[in-house]
Amino acid sequence: MDLLTFLQVLDSTMRLATPLLLACLAGLYSERAGIFDIGLEGKMLAAAFLSAAVAFTTGSAWLGLLAGIGASLALSAIHGLASITFRGNQLISGVAINFLAAGLTVVVAQSWFGQGGRTPQLAGAARFEPITLPFADALRDVPVLGPIYYELISGHTALVYLALLLVPLTWWVLYATRFGLRMRAVGENPAAVDTAGVSVIGLRYAAVAICGVLCGIAGTYLATALQAGFVKDMSAGRGYIALAALIFAKWRPWYALYACLLFGFLQALALRPDVIEGALGFKVNGQLLDVLPYILTVIILAGFVGKAIPPRAGGAPYVKER
Amino acid sequence: MTQAPAIELKGISKAFGPVQANKDISIRVMPGTIHGIIGENGAGKSTLMSILYGFYKADKGEIFIAGKKVQIPDSQAAIAAGIGMVFQHFKLVENFTVLENVVLGAEDSGLLRPSLARARRELKALAEEYGLNVEPDALIEDIGVGMQQRVEILKALYRKADILILDEPTGVLTPAEADQFFRILERLKAEGKTIILITHKLREIMETTDTVSVMRRGEMTATVKTSETSPAELAELMVGRKVLLRVDKAPAKVGATVLEVKDLNVTDNKGVHRLKGINFHVKAGEILGIAGVAGNGQSELLEVLGGYEKATGSITVNGQTIDLTGTHSDGRSRRARGIAHVPEDRQREGLIMDFTAWENVAFGYHHDPKYQRGIFMDNAAIKDDTVGKMERFDVRPPDPKLAAKSFSGGNQQKIVLAREIERNPDLLLIGQPTRGVDIGAIEFIHQQIVALRDQGKAILLVSVELEEILSLSDRIAVMFDGRMMGERLPAQTDEKELGLMMAGITKGEAA
Repeated sequence: MDLLTFLQVLDSTMRLATPLLLACLAGLYSERAGIFDIGLEGKMLAAAFLSAAVAFTTGSAWLGLLAGIGASLALSAIHGLASITFRGNQLISGVAINFLAAGLTVVVAQSWFGQGGRTPQLAGAARFEPITLPFADALRDVPVLGPIYYELISGHTALVYLALLLVPLTWWVLYATRFGLRMRAVGENPAAVDTAGVSVIGLRYAAVAICGVLCGIAGTYLATALQAGFVKDMSAGRGYIALAALIFAKWRPWYALYACLLFGFLQALALRPDVIEGALGFKVNGQLLDVLPYILTVIILAGFVGKAIPPRAGGAPYVKER
Repeated sequence: MTQAPAIELKGISKAFGPVQANKDISIRVMPGTIHGIIGENGAGKSTLMSILYGFYKADKGEIFIAGKKVQIPDSQAAIAAGIGMVFQHFKLVENFTVLENVVLGAEDSGLLRPSLARARRELKALAEEYGLNVEPDALIEDIGVGMQQRVEILKALYRKADILILDEPTGVLTPAEADQFFRILERLKAEGKTIILITHKLREIMETTDTVSVMRRGEMTATVKTSETSPAELAELMVGRKVLLRVDKAPAKVGATVLEVKDLNVTDNKGVHRLKGINFHVKAGEILGIAGVAGNGQSELLEVLGGYEKATGSITVNGQTIDLTGTHSDGRSRRARGIAHVPEDRQREGLIMDFTAWENVAFGYHHDPKYQRGIFMDNAAIKDDTVGKMERFDVRPPDPKLAAKSFSGGNQQKIVLAREIERNPDLLLIGQPTRGVDIGAIEFIHQQIVALRDQGKAILLVSVELEEILSLSDRIAVMFDGRMMGERLPAQTDEKELGLMMAGITKGEAA
């Protein structure tokens, strides 16, 4: 395997890891505040559809992004209402959101565009185009570093760079700001936050809203950057892989990046059976690579690679004790 | 010159559904004093203070702070009014540092770093001023309950609280920690803070407070100067009738040895040696009390005897060897040998809280032919049996269909006691019989234990309450660090000597 093939696999890793990373960070905010969210998948899907539909109609990918975030936020609001205000079961609410999104996107797409539950192909400004970083072309011929800069670092869409920037930003918010301290506290012991005179409900809604925004970006990326339009079930389980990555990362931002890159790498390899065969000398079933993230997560959960301790108040609605 | 009271509550009422937790309560607390509020569990003390702290909202009533009427809709308002509260169950974030817990909710700005730096400086000053030593960078989960409590007090002081509410502060402390805690209280009082101390322990009220208010069933029954009252009077005000504070018992009529424990060793799954060569015996018709600070092996001892912890060594009951490791090392075969067990933690080991009283009465004895009808459980028979047990043990309310969690601590304990004692065991293991139980029920439970002894049964009593051990036991053994420190007769020892033994010091060394 030469350098260029390797770089192509890594480049594809970056593109595939981006939606995982955005969804994973989305889940991180929500779950760190004590609201479990298995509705990442549904929120991504809704955002993918609405962003593609609006991008096609208006011809602007950026308006599509706004619409995608709006769709995801609406579902977040439902999840918040169900699990924070009405103290419902967070898992059930999340499952409901996934079903709702899976069904609704196809039905609305069909009645809107009449193309069998998909949006028309996006082209031009309706898609996020790759950005060529400065000097990428000029430096292309520099040995080793040139191709790395041109193939791997340059040439991604704005959303990829945004996702990467969100990692240090999330870390900073979590550990260096008042909001981060309170948010982490509310996921561990909401009574401590309440008796300290801070609103538990306000904090949790804020976290769920951030989760909605990030899922919206993730879904928009799927439909307007990674691919060119919405198709049925296009999130393809990425919301669940993002949750697996979140557990793998033990709810920490930098580790979330590593986990998502690892899982993205596995997805990239699954797309290039020739590369694996070249490297290992025998064929590896692509489906095996698809299940690896889940297998790794099960291994983590079984405690083989250190303990993954979720936020202690996660999943439980806050009720003042009587 | 008359001073305005630091706190005045007027006509506070609060209902939770049909339960009237506080009925028209008025109270005045003078500044710079320690004001005790005493009452049985469920009398409404914590509810009243949670209202003052804005954790609950009162249905009716007014609150005055330093003579000014205030509204306290939430904890933020209470903090702003200079009130701090240390709850019975600490409100700390376990995996945060001490410093982070202190700062939480009282940050100076959006960024943490300056807040943490200021808190570090102030904590140091407060530690010197009040003797409240903490390690600012330790995680809460790594420090003992004594220090956790100091963190809670510091949280309040950091928020400039002038009024401190302390809810059952000594429930989780060792005697030494409690002593230190009361010294801190004195310091706080000397600095002019107003303190409200909620407790059900008469001794703490008598030793530390200036004024005491008594609550009973949601009502304030009296407020008196501590110097002008007595424990007996307070107990009567709490319960509404005269209470025996001392246990009346005849001398023991000791029979043959029932339980004989030899060279018992337990190593837990982390490899820690929990019991180190324990030897003792209990005879028919006597109560052996085991004293010790919690966590010195008493729990493991009860677990081995009760059949749910493996051990090496030998245990015989009525001369028969008990299986300590094999297939017969379980609760059911222990019960078949005449051992009954009232576990230390009734809510986790003694009862299933979401199940009904009658289901709980059957647990462990569900194989009893009396409870069977063919291949089915005879639920009607179990319910009938439960009604009888509830009557004989004065369980209130006497409703077998109620979930275990709906009963008060004392009544839960009576359900467990009724289940175990009425099996007519040869040996009763009983751990912390009156933990979280109110005075009226304590008296009843103590009488039941003594009555069982007088029927010629052997009783092994484990308790961290030294007073309880001293008043019930016929012999006292002290455990420290998984070892037996020695035995004493109650008449020939006192709290001081036992306290030293509990700290691992025998008389010779102390001198």
